[in-house]
Amino acid sequence: MEIPYTVDARPDTGLYNGKLGIWLFLASEVMLFGALFSSLVLLRTGAESWPKGWELLNVPLATLNTFILIGSSVTVVMAWASLRLGNFNRARLYLIVTLLCGFGFMIIKGIEYGTKFSHHIYPKTSTFYSIYFVLTGLHGLHVLGGMIVFAYFILWGGKMWKSEPERFTNRIEITGLYWHFVDLVWIFLFPILYLL
Amino acid sequence: MSGHSVEEIRKETRVYLVIFFVLAALTAVTVGVSYLHLSTGMAIAVALMIASIKGFLVAGYFMHLLSEKKLIYSVLILTVVFFLFLMAIPFGSEYGSIGG
Repeated sequence: MEIPYTVDARPDTGLYNGKLGIWLFLASEVMLFGALFSSLVLLRTGAESWPKGWELLNVPLATLNTFILIGSSVTVVMAWASLRLGNFNRARLYLIVTLLCGFGFMIIKGIEYGTKFSHHIYPKTSTFYSIYFVLTGLHGLHVLGGMIVFAYFILWGGKMWKSEPERFTNRIEITGLYWHFVDLVWIFLFPILYLL
Repeated sequence: MSGHSVEEIRKETRVYLVIFFVLAALTAVTVGVSYLHLSTGMAIAVALMIASIKGFLVAGYFMHLLSEKKLIYSVLILTVVFFLFLMAIPFGSEYGSIGG
């Protein structure tokens, strides 16, 4: 059975199904992270004192991670643009760079976590660290999820380009939308946790 | 979007690169401002304002929200309403008024 509207827009929505699907998913993700941001506000305003993020966390490493994620957002959108120009090889190269950025982000996050653990700092250490580990951990899982999808497209999923190029291009677009959302969450997490 | 001409797509890629440099510059500004050690309220306001500008650039240009279909706007308006409700909950709570 053929899956409908993977390339052409549905007449009633004006969108191909995958695109509407990813936006509905992202809407649910906003609520997921929103609940945790709301918890952070509650914990922070309810605490008698709250530590400064920059006194406890590694700001230079987190700043580097911000640049990496912003850079990866550009490479994924350039991959999509390359596919629309019919250049699969260049798009694949951009996807590889995006995946490498994901690896870079996770390695730096691992260094951050490793340093904390070596100093016997865990989520149970304090309320600040509990919300820090939950928010950055959940965000890291999202980065990992995106990396798995990019690895699939680089290793196997690209075969679709030969048979259904427009469908493959749409797949990269909606994966890109997810990746930009992950970047968007970090754009708010970074100052809230590390700089305030 | 896929129906755009080659020249239009090339123009888009140039816009993406400009947005990247603006985002990088705003990140540097965010970090720089944090070293000024402003009062908590002012620091939160400035940090959230810069983050919101960066968020607008990512959502508007990279996620193409500046030129999307009405249905997506409808979904997102509903999402924003519920998100704002979530963020307002702490301020209506007993704890939200302590030391805020």
